[in-house]
Amino acid sequence: MVDIIKLTAAETAEKIASGELTAVEVTEAHLARIDATDEKVHAFLYVDREGALAQARAVDAKRAAGEKLGPLAGVPLALKDIFTTVGVPTTVGSKILEGWIPPYDATLTRKLKEADVVILGKTNMDEFAMGSSTENSAYGPTGNPWDLTRIPGGSGGGSAAALAAFQAPLAIGTDTGGSIRQPAAVTGTVGVKPTYGGVSRYGMVAFSSSLDQGGPCARTVLDAALLHEVIAGHDPLDSTSIDAPVPPVVEAARNGSVAGMRVGVVKQFAGEGYQAGVVQRFNESVELLKELGAEIVELDCPSFDLAMAAYYLIAPSECSSNLARFDAMRYGLRVGDDGTKSAEDVTALTREAGFGDEVKRRIILGTYALSSGYYDAYYGSAQKVRTLISQDFEKSFEQVDVIVSPTTPTTAFAIGERTDDPLAMYLADLCTIPTNLAGNSAMSLPCGLAPEDGLPVGLQIIAPAMKDDRLYKVGAAVEAAFVARWGHPLLEEAPSL
Amino acid sequence: MPGITREEVVHLARLARLELSSNELDHFAGQLDDIIGAVARVSEVADQDVPPTSHPLPLTNVMRADEVRPSLTPEQALSGAPAQEQQRFKVPQILGED
Amino acid sequence: MTTFTELLSYEDALASYDPVMGLEVHVELGTRTKMFCGCSTELDGEPNSQTCPTCLGLPGSLPVVNAIGVESAVKIGLALNCEIAEWCRFARKNYFYPDMPKNFQTSQYDEPIAFNGYLDVQLEDGEIFRVEIERAHMEEDTGKSLHVGGATGRIHGASHSLLDYNRAGIPLIEIVTKPIEGAGERAPEVAKAYVAELREVIKALGVSEARMDKGQMRCDVNLSLRPHGTKEFGTRSETKNVNSLRSVERAARFEIQRHAAVLSSGGSIVQETRHFHEDDGSTTAGRIKDNAEDYRYFPEPDLVPVAPAREWVEELRGGLPEMPRVRRNRLREEWGVSEHDMQSILNAGAVDSIVATIEEGADSAAARKWWMGELARNANEQGVVVDELPITPAQVARVAALVAAGDLNDKLARQVIEGVLAGEGTPDEVVEKRGLKVVSDEGALGAAVDEAIAGNAAIADKIRGGKIAAVGALVGAVMKTTRGQADAARVKELILERLGVSEG
Ligand SMILES: [Mg+2]
Ligand SMILES: [Zn+2]
Repeated sequence: MVDIIKLTAAETAEKIASGELTAVEVTEAHLARIDATDEKVHAFLYVDREGALAQARAVDAKRAAGEKLGPLAGVPLALKDIFTTVGVPTTVGSKILEGWIPPYDATLTRKLKEADVVILGKTNMDEFAMGSSTENSAYGPTGNPWDLTRIPGGSGGGSAAALAAFQAPLAIGTDTGGSIRQPAAVTGTVGVKPTYGGVSRYGMVAFSSSLDQGGPCARTVLDAALLHEVIAGHDPLDSTSIDAPVPPVVEAARNGSVAGMRVGVVKQFAGEGYQAGVVQRFNESVELLKELGAEIVELDCPSFDLAMAAYYLIAPSECSSNLARFDAMRYGLRVGDDGTKSAEDVTALTREAGFGDEVKRRIILGTYALSSGYYDAYYGSAQKVRTLISQDFEKSFEQVDVIVSPTTPTTAFAIGERTDDPLAMYLADLCTIPTNLAGNSAMSLPCGLAPEDGLPVGLQIIAPAMKDDRLYKVGAAVEAAFVARWGHPLLEEAPSL
Repeated sequence: MPGITREEVVHLARLARLELSSNELDHFAGQLDDIIGAVARVSEVADQDVPPTSHPLPLTNVMRADEVRPSLTPEQALSGAPAQEQQRFKVPQILGED
Repeated sequence: MTTFTELLSYEDALASYDPVMGLEVHVELGTRTKMFCGCSTELDGEPNSQTCPTCLGLPGSLPVVNAIGVESAVKIGLALNCEIAEWCRFARKNYFYPDMPKNFQTSQYDEPIAFNGYLDVQLEDGEIFRVEIERAHMEEDTGKSLHVGGATGRIHGASHSLLDYNRAGIPLIEIVTKPIEGAGERAPEVAKAYVAELREVIKALGVSEARMDKGQMRCDVNLSLRPHGTKEFGTRSETKNVNSLRSVERAARFEIQRHAAVLSSGGSIVQETRHFHEDDGSTTAGRIKDNAEDYRYFPEPDLVPVAPAREWVEELRGGLPEMPRVRRNRLREEWGVSEHDMQSILNAGAVDSIVATIEEGADSAAARKWWMGELARNANEQGVVVDELPITPAQVARVAALVAAGDLNDKLARQVIEGVLAGEGTPDEVVEKRGLKVVSDEGALGAAVDEAIAGNAAIADKIRGGKIAAVGALVGAVMKTTRGQADAARVKELILERLGVSEG
C-alpha cells in the first residue's frame, strides 16, 4: 500500500497516468492530511475542497476517455494566496482584501488548470508578501513543520509549510527578495525563483513590480522542474514577460551533473550574522561539489554589500504605489462610511484598519524615498546600486557557470523573535536579494540540518538570466548526492505531525 | 544622512492616505528613522557615473495591436464593490477636485 | 454660486502688464481600444460595461501598451515639429482620486515621447505667430463621476458620487507649450488660434476627432502677468478644462483682467487651479497648489521603455498629410477667396466637405455656396457640424451639376437639398418624387410670360417706358404660375424680349 502523501509529484502523476491511482483518491488523501494537520500548521487560508475534487474528477474522466493528460495531471498543489482565482477568495494575507473574490484568473492559475493540476486551496503568507516569517499575515502565523514554534520563512511560509507537512507535493510561491527560497531553506524543501519575466505576473498581486517573480516550490528538484515548465512561458498580458522558449529545466533535472562546471563562491556571502551550523553545512556542500567534479572559484562582488539597502528602498517605493489602489472605492474593505465622511477620509480610515504594521511601514518608507527632494539620494541611488549588482553578476558569470551560497544566514528563528525589529527581520534575505535586483534565477535546496538546532539549512544556487536550466542540472546532482549520503530525503527526518 | 522626524511621518502618512494613530506615529517614527539610517548607505554611489536600472531586463517596445478584447460584464466589474447604485460604484462624497 | 471678482478693464490691464501664457491640451485618441488594455473606447456605453481588471485597477492586473497609441503620439509629435525620443519610459504619477482606479496615472514625466517643437498659427489678420511646444506625452484618462444629492450635480454639496470607469484608460496625448511670450494684447486671440490650429492638425492626422464639445479635447490655460519691461514671470493661475475655442479666448481674457486687478491694487496672485464658467465667462478659485502636492513620479516598472526606431519615425514623417495651415492657404488661393471668407469656412468646419464636393466635380464657387449657405444654416439650426448632416459631398456635387445644367434653379435646388436631408433619397430621387424640374419648355414658358404681361398691363407699360427694375414683379408672377420651376434668368430675358426692351 503506497502512502499517497509521501509520493513525489512525478511519481503521483505517473501512477495517475498508469491508472494505479485516481486523481480523486490522491486529492482526497491530501485533503484528509490537511484536515488532520492544518489546525497545527495553518498553511492554508482557504481550502477549496469542492473545486479540487471537481478538477480531480475531470482528470479521471479525461483519462477514462483516453484523452491526453498533462505531465502533472491530477497532482495536488497549494497556491500562494497572491494569485487571483475566479470564484475563490484571494486575500494576499491582508484584511483589506478579506472576502474578495476575483472576477478573473491569473495567467499562472489558468496554466495550472489547463495542465490538469489540482489546486487544493490558497496558502498563508506575509501580508502583500512583505516579510520573511509569515507572521505578518492578517490571519495569524504559520508553523514550521520541523518545529511548530518556529517560523516557516516568508513571505511564502504557507506554501513551504504545506510541502514540508505533506499536505501537497507541489506549491507556488512568489519571490521579491527571497520569499520562495528562504521558506524553502528553513523548511527543508526546494524553491526556485525563475529569471524575472520567466513566469507571468498577470494576476499576481503586485508588491514590487520590478522584483516580483512567481515560481515553483516542491520537495524534489525534478518536481520543481516539472512545475516550472507548466507555469513558465511568454504571456502577452505581461509586458515584462520574456518572449523566448522556456529553458529546458526538466531535461536538466533529469540529467543532474556538475562535472567540469565552474562554481563561484562570493566572498560577500559570509561573515558576521551567519550561524555556525549554516556555514558548516554550506562548506560541506562546496566540498561535495568539488567531489562531484566542479571547480570552485572565489568571487568578489563588492556591490552586494549595498543590496539590502537598495532593496529596502526599491521594494517599498514600488509598493507604496502598487498598494495605492486599495482605497475602499471599488473592492475590498471599506471602513467609516457613515454617510458623513468624505471619500478621502474613508480611504485613510480603511487603509489604517486594513493594513498591518509592516505594510504601513513600507508604504511610508516608499512614499519618503520617492518624494521630491529625496528621490535622487534614495530611489535614484538604489537604482544605481542595482546596475552595479548586475555588473558584478555579469563579471562573475564570465568566470563561473553558477554561484552558490547559503540561502539564509540562519535556520528558522522562533515565532515572535523578530516581529518588532524590522531590521533584524530583513537580515533573513541577505543572500537572496541580489538575485532579485539583477533579475537572474536562483534555487534553494536542502543541504542538511544545522548541528546546533537540528533545523534545515538551504543551499542557494544562482544562475544567469534565462539559464534557469543550470539550477536544475546542478540542483539535481547535489540532491542525488546528499540523498545517497543521508540514505533518504531530508524531510524524512522531520517530526510526524 | 538626515533621519526622519515625527512631523515628516505625519506628512508622509497623509500623502499615503493612512490615518495613523498617535501611538503608531511614535512607534513608526523611531523604526523608520532606524531603517532610513541603514538604507541611506546607497547614497555612497550617488556620484558614480552609472546608469540607473529601472527594469531588470533590457526589453523595449512591447506593445499590443489595437484590437478589442472582451471586457468584464458590469456585474463582474461591480462584483467586489463595497456599494453600488445605477450600475456604478457608489463612493462617499468627493471633496477635492481635479 | 456667485462670487464677485474685481476686474480691471482689458485696456488698462495691458497698459501695465505683459501676459505670459502656457497652454496644456489633452487630446483623447481615437484608437479602438484603451491605452493599456483591450477594452473598447466607444462613447456612450452602458456604465462600467467597457472595463476589465486592468482599467479597473484590480489587484494583479497589468498594463500593455497600445501600439496605435504610440504611433499616434509620434505622428502628433512630428506634425508639431518635435524631436522624437529615441528611448523613453512611462512614469507613474501618484495621487489619490476616486476616478483614478490605480491611484496613480500612467503618464510620462521627464522622458516625453516628443519634445521641443512648434506650431505656427495664423491670426485673423493673417499674422503668423509661432507657439513653441515643450512636449507631447502619452497618458490615460480617468473615469467619470456623477455627483448625487447636491443641487446641480456638482461636486459641492453632493452626498455621494457614482463612478463609471468606461473612460478610465482611454489614451490621452498631453501637449504642453513653452511659455508664450510677446503676444501682448493678442494673447487671448493667440490662445484660441493655437487650440483651433492644433485641433485642425489632430484631425488632419486622423488620430482623433478632437471634438471639444464631447471632451475629446480639453485645454488648461495657465496665465501670469508681469509688469512691462520685466523678465521674470509672475505667479500663474491654471484654468482647467476649458471646453470650447471661444472659452479659451474668454478665459485668457478674464484672467488677464483679474490678475491685473489684483496686482494693481497691491495684492498677489495665489497659485491655484481655477474653474471656467461658460455662462458669464468668469473663473473661480479651485484647489490651491501648495508644496504638499508631490506626485512622486517614478519609471513605470510594469511597462518596458518605448524606443521608436528611426526608420519607423521617418516612415511616419513621410506619410504625414499636408498640414492644415499650408493646405488652407493653398485652397484659399485655388478658390480665390479672402482671408476672412476662408476663416468663416474654417469656423463652419466646412473645408473638408467643400474639398470633397469639388473632387466630386462641382466647381469651387458652387461647392462653397451650398456648404456655407443652405447647409451651414441647416447645421446651425440642428446644433451639429456640417459634415454630420445626412448629405454627402457627392450629393451636393450632383445638386450643383443639376443647377449648372439648368435643370434646377437655386430655389429648386434648395428644395432638393431639403429633401435629401429629410431622408427622401438621392438628389435625383427627390427631383423625381417632388417633381422639381425647371420648366424649360419654351412654349410653356412663353405662355406663362404672355399671361403675366396681360395680367399686369400697368407694370408692363412702366417697363416699356424704361423702368427696367420693375421687371422683377413680372418675373415673380411667372415664377408663381410655374410654382417656382422656371429659370428666373430666362424668364426675365423672355419678358424683356416680348416688351421690346433691352438691358442697358
Ligand atoms: Mg497630464
Ligand atoms: Zn480595460
